[in-house]
Amino acid sequence: MHLLYPVVLSALLFCTGVYGVLARRNAVLVLMAVELMLNAVNLNLVAFDVWLRDTLHAGQALTLFTVTIAAAEIGLGLAIVLLLYRRRGTSSVDRLDELADRPDPPHPDQGAGPDPDADQDADPDARPAPDATSDDQPRKAAA
Amino acid sequence: MSATAVAAPAVHSLWTTAAAAPIHAPKIEYAQLSPILVVLGAAVAGILVEAFVPRRARYGTQLAVTLIGLAGAFAAVVGLAATGYATTKADLAAMGSIAVDGPSLFLQGTLILVTAVGVLAIAERGLEPQSREVPHVDAFAPQAAAVPGSEDEKAAARAGWSTTEVFPLTLFALSGMLVFPAAGDLLTLFIGLEILSLPLYLMCALARRRRLLSQESAVKYFLLGAFASAFFLFGTALLYGYAGTLDLGGIAKVVTGDAAPNAALNASAHGDALLLIGGAMIVMGLLFKVGAVPFHAWTPDVYQGAPTPITGFMAAATKVAAFGALLRLLYVALPEMRWDWRPVMWGVAILTMALGAIVAVTQTDVKRMLAYSSIAHAGFLLTGVIAGNKQGVSAVLFYLAAYSFVTLGAFAVVTLVRDAGGEATHLSRWDGLGRRSPLVAVTFALFLLAFAGIPLTSGFSGKFAVFSAAAKGGAVPLVVVGVLCSAVAAFFYVRVIVRMFFAEPRADGPSVAVPSALTGTAIAVGAAATLVLGVFPQWAFDLADKASVFIR
Repeated sequence: MHLLYPVVLSALLFCTGVYGVLARRNAVLVLMAVELMLNAVNLNLVAFDVWLRDTLHAGQALTLFTVTIAAAEIGLGLAIVLLLYRRRGTSSVDRLDELADRPDPPHPDQGAGPDPDADQDADPDARPAPDATSDDQPRKAAA
Repeated sequence: MSATAVAAPAVHSLWTTAAAAPIHAPKIEYAQLSPILVVLGAAVAGILVEAFVPRRARYGTQLAVTLIGLAGAFAAVVGLAATGYATTKADLAAMGSIAVDGPSLFLQGTLILVTAVGVLAIAERGLEPQSREVPHVDAFAPQAAAVPGSEDEKAAARAGWSTTEVFPLTLFALSGMLVFPAAGDLLTLFIGLEILSLPLYLMCALARRRRLLSQESAVKYFLLGAFASAFFLFGTALLYGYAGTLDLGGIAKVVTGDAAPNAALNASAHGDALLLIGGAMIVMGLLFKVGAVPFHAWTPDVYQGAPTPITGFMAAATKVAAFGALLRLLYVALPEMRWDWRPVMWGVAILTMALGAIVAVTQTDVKRMLAYSSIAHAGFLLTGVIAGNKQGVSAVLFYLAAYSFVTLGAFAVVTLVRDAGGEATHLSRWDGLGRRSPLVAVTFALFLLAFAGIPLTSGFSGKFAVFSAAAKGGAVPLVVVGVLCSAVAAFFYVRVIVRMFFAEPRADGPSVAVPSALTGTAIAVGAAATLVLGVFPQWAFDLADKASVFIR
């Protein structure tokens, strides 16, 4: 089998992953697309390793490391996405728009009163807990 | 590496098997790896502290473990440098995986010092409003997994829990950063990249206040970071396919054609495309970590959303580590490709300087403004990378050391200016700060002047070194653009100073919290480094100059 087939296949897989990252709006699906990209790399590495007859099998060793680190990365990524989902009830990356360059400041009078984003107060009894709608305030102010 | 492979059969194919050559057990030089090992050991000890020490005693134990670990690692770096590993005895340790040479040791020393100062700011517990039941409140969520505002979270806050995990996380990130600029092959480079990134993603999500912004910044950082490291890894695979080895020195040999002939490499004769695309993708991954322009989109969002002490640590240390890795990759693995990467880096550097400086002018948030300023500084550093000579390396090393302390100090000052909603980061809130708290305002002004590159601050020495190296390396137009961008950047730094000292203070303006000795020390060290490297830069230049030769 010629080297070209696995390399072209892995390039196609990688491009699918890139398309997935750019086109998917759900954070979990974006993570899956990233995994696809990493697996394309694995295929590439193993193919090159065999093709080059690397006596030290550096390519296969890197593949093992990639698999391990990809697992760690996906675990961490899901944890972060889950945190966000619990708070917002959505994992859409399009709704992550509170940190952005804006022509006008999002909080012109920030600090004049209790900040709607101040989720956690040091003294929890001093202030009523922020309700679910408080999240929408900065977004409305920006719009 | 494959020099011992048997002669190629008539039809080279993926199905043919190579003859098994004996593999020798690796030789590990533990003494030369000691800075990394000490930091990793302290991080593991931190995890054990988290597991076994009662919650009440954890904060003190963690802080002690972290600082002792950092002191030990710094002593190891100094010891290695003093015994000549930075100059005459420089070599590749652990079977060529870790390069122990001048740039590695200089950057590792810088990183450890930067982290020590950063840890002081992270450990601050006196700035948040406190109550009688909860006397110490730090900048991190009491329980990161709980939903903000939920009963769980309130109970955790009432119990006075704190996220002491940030200390081992910082150490793990640091261990990745120590590996990153010292990596001798692409595998180690990738491991370093991931070990430094993963803890930082987590630490971004831990803010006590404005948790939503904090978590949003973590998601953005993570998704873009994973995307970028996938590109980095694909580039690694292509370079491996081109060169048949992951060693940076080995790749350079294949590029120049000095490598031992290899039947399989000769059989895949379409190598140049692999080399160019692979090199470009690896550099892309590194430029993402650096925050250079086409890959800078995460920088302002993450800097603004992350807890400010973490932002300071991340802004300073990541840049040092990533520029070290970029230097090593371009100067050790791809020096013969200079005529290919230099024009691209010219474009990236010009875009980075211009966009960072111009967009920063429009910012209204202090942390966002500092983020765009860090993008502009990445551009200034890139001019030193482009210089392509020994002077360029030493200039970049010096600039990194100078810049990282200024950044740490500036973000530590940002943690002090507070109002009812936490840190008052909106620039309009800083009006007249100089009248209310002159000391804090003067210190912040010093850091801003250093960012702007005013003489007698470390920023000037750094910019001077980088630009003169670039001019000597034949990049005069780049230097002209750099100086123009510095002028634009000076405008917005000075605008903040004018606001602090010449605007009327607002009646409902923020107050300046009195820091404990921890943040106080962090700011004082930052200010002292800024002044010393600005007024007496010569010894540091000499040090960086001595340390500027890469081992191959």
